[in-house]
Amino acid sequence: MQRGLSQLSHTTKLGLTEIRVAGFGGQGVILAAIVIGKAAAIFEGAYATMTQSFGPEARGGSSAAQVILSGEPILYPYVTQPDILVVMSQEAYAVFSKQLKPGGILIVEQDLVRIDHPPQGVRFYGVPATRLAEELGRKVVLNIVMVGFFAAVTHVLEPDSLRKAVADSVPPAMQKLNLQAFDKGFEYGAELVHRMAEGGGDAEQVLTLESEA
Amino acid sequence: MHADPKGVLTGVHFLDGDHACCEGTLAAGARFAAGYPITPSTEVVERFAWRIPTVGGIFIQMEDELAASIAIQGAVWGGAKAFTVTSGPGFSLMMEHIGYAAITETPCVFVNVQRGGPSTGLPTLPAQADMMQAKWGSHGDYSIIALCPNSPQECFDLTVTGFNLAEEFRVPVMMMLDECVGHMTEKVIIPESDQIAITPRRFTHESPEEFRLFKPKEDLVPDMVKAGDGYRFHVTGLTHDERGYPSMNVETQDRLVRRMQDKLKPFSNGRALFEAVDLDDAEVVVVSYGITSRVAQRATQMARAQGVRAGIFRIISAWPFPEQHIRDLAGRVKAFVVPELNLGQMVHEVERHTAGRAKVISVPHAGGSVHKPEVILKAILEAAR
Repeated sequence: MQRGLSQLSHTTKLGLTEIRVAGFGGQGVILAAIVIGKAAAIFEGAYATMTQSFGPEARGGSSAAQVILSGEPILYPYVTQPDILVVMSQEAYAVFSKQLKPGGILIVEQDLVRIDHPPQGVRFYGVPATRLAEELGRKVVLNIVMVGFFAAVTHVLEPDSLRKAVADSVPPAMQKLNLQAFDKGFEYGAELVHRMAEGGGDAEQVLTLESEA
Repeated sequence: MHADPKGVLTGVHFLDGDHACCEGTLAAGARFAAGYPITPSTEVVERFAWRIPTVGGIFIQMEDELAASIAIQGAVWGGAKAFTVTSGPGFSLMMEHIGYAAITETPCVFVNVQRGGPSTGLPTLPAQADMMQAKWGSHGDYSIIALCPNSPQECFDLTVTGFNLAEEFRVPVMMMLDECVGHMTEKVIIPESDQIAITPRRFTHESPEEFRLFKPKEDLVPDMVKAGDGYRFHVTGLTHDERGYPSMNVETQDRLVRRMQDKLKPFSNGRALFEAVDLDDAEVVVVSYGITSRVAQRATQMARAQGVRAGIFRIISAWPFPEQHIRDLAGRVKAFVVPELNLGQMVHEVERHTAGRAKVISVPHAGGSVHKPEVILKAILEAAR
């Protein structure tokens, strides 16, 4: 009764996308990665493989998770050069930013990560996720604010799939709050993308906009 | 017989291999687990301890692996389906009781989520270096079944299969996960309980007067009883006769030990579990198992793109070794390439059954990660030359 890898999902158009989410332990890094993986695997019928960092890089209170998304079965389980890097701590930025693929997407919690020299040749987006979460009354949902923001700026997955995955991944009593957090992050991201489009936006302009905000 | 719906978490989930394995134990009907926590296997029993109060059953965190590996056998003779979970150092400690399960023909499951060794080694990182230990680790001649899942979905599916095989053949079954498969999270589909076939315990229909505890049936496997059913029985690790009483002479030893080996013969041949990919025209066959089989598949795809006819023979049941299949392939392929997360273990079995009829190339890895597909590709290209 075994089901082989190729029998688990239908082949979809989703291209191979490697994502790393990293931050402090306690920020909900792993849950953010689970939500992204679940959205792809369960709500979009694609393939997703998530792994957590258990190696030396995961010590000292840091936390990292990797998700690979694809329309085809995923054979090699580890992320080598992420297309998308989501960082929520300075340390995570220091460790992982150099591995980002050229032309990749860098998403940072802008109040927790100070970037003096943004890496060249990547798309860069900042969001004050902790502050937005605090506005909802609970700092703990910053990870889901990040996921909402991720949905708005990356377009890798359908926002609706990610929203369903959020609802599916938290206890019933926490659903409303987490969905608010998702929406808040999404709206912030959509607004940012809109402003970028109006300003003709390249990465440097995003940075300028963010520091003025 | 189908699974008891109480233990089956029907639905589509996003689970890691350890948690999927736990759901497999519950679906298979396990209602007793004993364990001593050890990375990277702890999540299996952590989830079991969380789930079992609502399903109905018992989890005991024991003082060590010796205790855990014998507590489950007590539970089995009490009528339960039972398992324990560990990793390398704990697996070493369990060896004595794996032999006890073999000679007492106690159907039970040992889950080993393999990490780098020897000794404490690499607690959080993968290896496949306990493969020979699973077969030979306890003393004496005995047989076991070992299964190697390569995804969380298979951690569920094969755990159910493993429990079923344990009941059918009355042997300890080893679930040989690796840290990578145990800790990776993917989609896991758990079917309705009536879609999950369960092998019930082979309880005897004979009366207490006529019943003999170790009298083999046609398939060389004896039927069983459980404590409290009115049968007087004696279970011992000593060499025993059909009544179960110690009988330490050459004839009894010969009969018992040979039967314990012969009862698994159907499994070495026709019933071996494997996956074949692109074997029809293959000149080079990559033989692999567990997480390595996925990387190997990537490598064979790369080889095909370069015009090399490469195929995959994925070992799912590693013990008894699927020797017939290797023998058959050896007659018609140029070479076997055998990547493993150890310095060469199952490759020796491949060599043995190839018997010089094809090249056999080992692609060792000391553990701590998985092979780069390019490393396996290089071996395939060399093998094809």
